Amino acid sequence: MKRAQILWPLAALAGLLVLNIIVTPSFLSLRIQDGHLFGSTIDILRNGAPTMLIAVGMTLVIATRGIDLSVGAVAAIAGAIACTWIADGGNAVTAMIMALGVCVLLGLWNGFLVSVLGIQPIIATLVLMTAGRGVAMLLTEGQIITINDSLYSKIGAGFVVLPVAILISLAVLGGVALLTRRTALGMLIESVGVNPEASRLAGVRSRTIIWTVYVFAALCAGVAGLMISSNVNAADANSAGLWIEMDAILAVVIGGTSLAGGRYSLAGTLVGALVIQTLTTTVYTIGVPTNVTLVFKAVVVIAVCLLQSPRTAGFVRERRRRKQPSVSVPRPQKVGVR
Amino acid sequence: MVDMRGISVEFPGVKALSEVDFRLFPGEVHALMGENGAGKSTLIKALTGVYRTSAGTIRLNGRPVAFTGPGQAQQAGVSTVYQEVNLCSNLTVAENILLGREPRRFGAIDGRATRAAAAKLLDRIGLDIDPASQLGSHPIAVQQLVAIARALAVQARVLVLDEPTSSLDSDEVAELFRILRVLREEGVAILFVSHFIDQVYEIADRMTVLRNGRLVGEHLTRELDRLDLVSAMLGRELSTLEEVQRRTSHHAPGTEPVLQARGLGRAGAIAPFDLDIHAGEVVGLAGLLGSGRTELARLLFGADRPDTGTLTIGGKPARARGPRSMISHGVAFCSEDRKGEGVIADLSVRDNLVLAMQAARGWARPVPRRLAEDLVAEYIEKLDIRPADPGAVIGNLSGGNQQKVLLARWLVTRPRLLILDEPTRGIDVGAKAQIQKVVADLAAEGMAVVFISAELEEVVRVSDRVVVLRDRRKVAELAGHDVSVSDVMSAIAAQSGPVAAVAS
Ligand SMILES: Nc1ncnc2c1ncn2[C@@H]1O[C@H](COP(=O)(O)OP(=O)(O)OP(=O)(O)O)[C@@H](O)[C@H]1O
Ligand SMILES: [Mg+2]
Repeated sequence: MKRAQILWPLAALAGLLVLNIIVTPSFLSLRIQDGHLFGSTIDILRNGAPTMLIAVGMTLVIATRGIDLSVGAVAAIAGAIACTWIADGGNAVTAMIMALGVCVLLGLWNGFLVSVLGIQPIIATLVLMTAGRGVAMLLTEGQIITINDSLYSKIGAGFVVLPVAILISLAVLGGVALLTRRTALGMLIESVGVNPEASRLAGVRSRTIIWTVYVFAALCAGVAGLMISSNVNAADANSAGLWIEMDAILAVVIGGTSLAGGRYSLAGTLVGALVIQTLTTTVYTIGVPTNVTLVFKAVVVIAVCLLQSPRTAGFVRERRRRKQPSVSVPRPQKVGVR
Repeated sequence: MVDMRGISVEFPGVKALSEVDFRLFPGEVHALMGENGAGKSTLIKALTGVYRTSAGTIRLNGRPVAFTGPGQAQQAGVSTVYQEVNLCSNLTVAENILLGREPRRFGAIDGRATRAAAAKLLDRIGLDIDPASQLGSHPIAVQQLVAIARALAVQARVLVLDEPTSSLDSDEVAELFRILRVLREEGVAILFVSHFIDQVYEIADRMTVLRNGRLVGEHLTRELDRLDLVSAMLGRELSTLEEVQRRTSHHAPGTEPVLQARGLGRAGAIAPFDLDIHAGEVVGLAGLLGSGRTELARLLFGADRPDTGTLTIGGKPARARGPRSMISHGVAFCSEDRKGEGVIADLSVRDNLVLAMQAARGWARPVPRRLAEDLVAEYIEKLDIRPADPGAVIGNLSGGNQQKVLLARWLVTRPRLLILDEPTRGIDVGAKAQIQKVVADLAAEGMAVVFISAELEEVVRVSDRVVVLRDRRKVAELAGHDVSVSDVMSAIAAQSGPVAAVAS
């Protein structure tokens, strides 16, 4: 069942790639220059790295039945801190450590609101989503701060055969997958997400687990914020990481993790993030007019979500059954509120 | 009135029902019997359109029907109470009873009229609670009664009750049966599922027996005696079903109790009480609905915080700081609310079974795969959990089998004190005896057990000592071999204030 769920996003990804190849036949071609790979697909990977990283953090948050809307703002804050520090003559490593340290604090704040005070995650993180950008603006005094630091620009724009950014994102994704699936963490996260009260009574540290995933999500957002600002060698408090929370949530959902919490799939999130980024790129390459890009994106996302939904699957099966009477698996429906 | 023929229901990998016939006539109470996992709930859900059938026809009043959802079935006059209470715990009792049918005024829901109508329905089933209170604040038995009231609110021609009495006391059962008899007179067709054989013989006119998803037979109640019924259900003779013997208490007087509560209490839940529980002792909690049995147990486990009193475990003071700290003291609590506080529905039987053990070890030390597999295999065998597949998603198991997994979840942690709140709720006759035997064996090995059940016979049978509760206060403690159900009943009914009647 899990395998079938990842099939649709994979199909969507393949479809988008085919579309791109038709429009730009050179789409798949790769060049090697100075030992680095270049090409449209590599661009997709590089530009998609921040979304993917944030989506990894978001996956764990969503698995606990939560959501984190503040990741975009946190990313902006991280970029603002690092860049102002470097612009003031600071060292890049200190800048990054400081930025990530602040992100951990922000994550602790979110986690505190959700796990200790029991505020609904969507509301709790909305606070930081709106206030966070204001904080970033204060840090940069409303200016776009440009910097020139060769070490710092490596994170977002550097290459080690592949872009450094995507290597970081993939490493984090792989690390989290190993950590949660080799230990019992993944199972405990899912159990808290499916039934918090039953988990509490079974002795699961639900509070600590929930708190931790928000801190981790903020940390991911921080690193993503560093990538974004390093890529352009500037901190733009207004637009850095804008709407990235939406892309990350979409990536998670397309990847087959339910917003209702519980079972999560990091492999699905990986594919979901690639779909989102390829979609964004496709919109430019096939020349969709900018005023309808968001609509176009929405259509594709709805299509993937519809195809995944068990209800639609049942409907399609039903149609087929009517056409050619054959044995079919009944569809267990959820008993709704009568 | 209802005629189901050749019904088959398949789930990926399992055939839950194969070619079952079922008939239900107006003006009868028809019991659907079978072991845990026999397919009773599935047959009901096939009728009401929750599950799709892969073969067979369903006729209602002679007309073929194929409901695509429970809402449709309800409109066609089939009113159902499902096994797992599925109401909205965040709404009030009144809203739950009349959800979707609220009285309206100027298009808006009329709150006062809703509450008045709900109060009338509650009165009809003899339940005295505030219709404006939140449903989730009531114990599971009350929620079950509210679900029944909701089903009675519509003038249905077919009433389906899937284990409506699983957590009710004898008084509520009597009240429910009184209503069912009235409805039967009015010509309503009633489908009734229960694992209490006595109740079935009291109310049912006819019964249909299922086993492993197949029809075994349809009988008139008066033509089939109990032994034959049980062997039809189990598919074997009753000889294996020996009763648990009353044991004598093993603890020597004067030994240090495992748990000692002094003046422990919580406002609105239970008045301060003293309680000692010794190793190797089974303490039963008896009382009527709302007498505070569950509340007492939750205080012992730290699921709720006490306002007053102290708790000593193994001689050391335990500041009740939540379930986790109590578990580390060796206390385990199996809740009566298996859907809300028990199963992790989306996870496998294996994960559910090792959850408490895993939580105690911490996330960094996963239960070794081998150990987990061994434990799961052991308990699947010991408690006869079906299907015997550790990877099965627990939400897909039948109610009774889910209950067995939850019990196993605590048994594998080997606690010093095991608190069981309605552990045999929804469990079939064979498995019930098995579970009682497991409890007796554990006590013989030195575990202290607190045993709660709405079924007094069961409490008396398994307990060395019975603590009687009334109106959220401990009123008596009955100890000794000769405590009988009627002793407990009279302690419950005694009108005078708190007296400690100790019979021995
Ligand atoms: N949604 C589902 N998916 C897969 N298997 C299912 C599902 N629902 C039920 N089953 C299987 O069908 C069988 C019959 O289950 P059912 O719930 O009807 O039993 P039951 O007779 O009501 O038992 P109980 O007395 O324990 O409530 C069981 O083996 C169960 O595991
Ligand atoms: Mg059932």
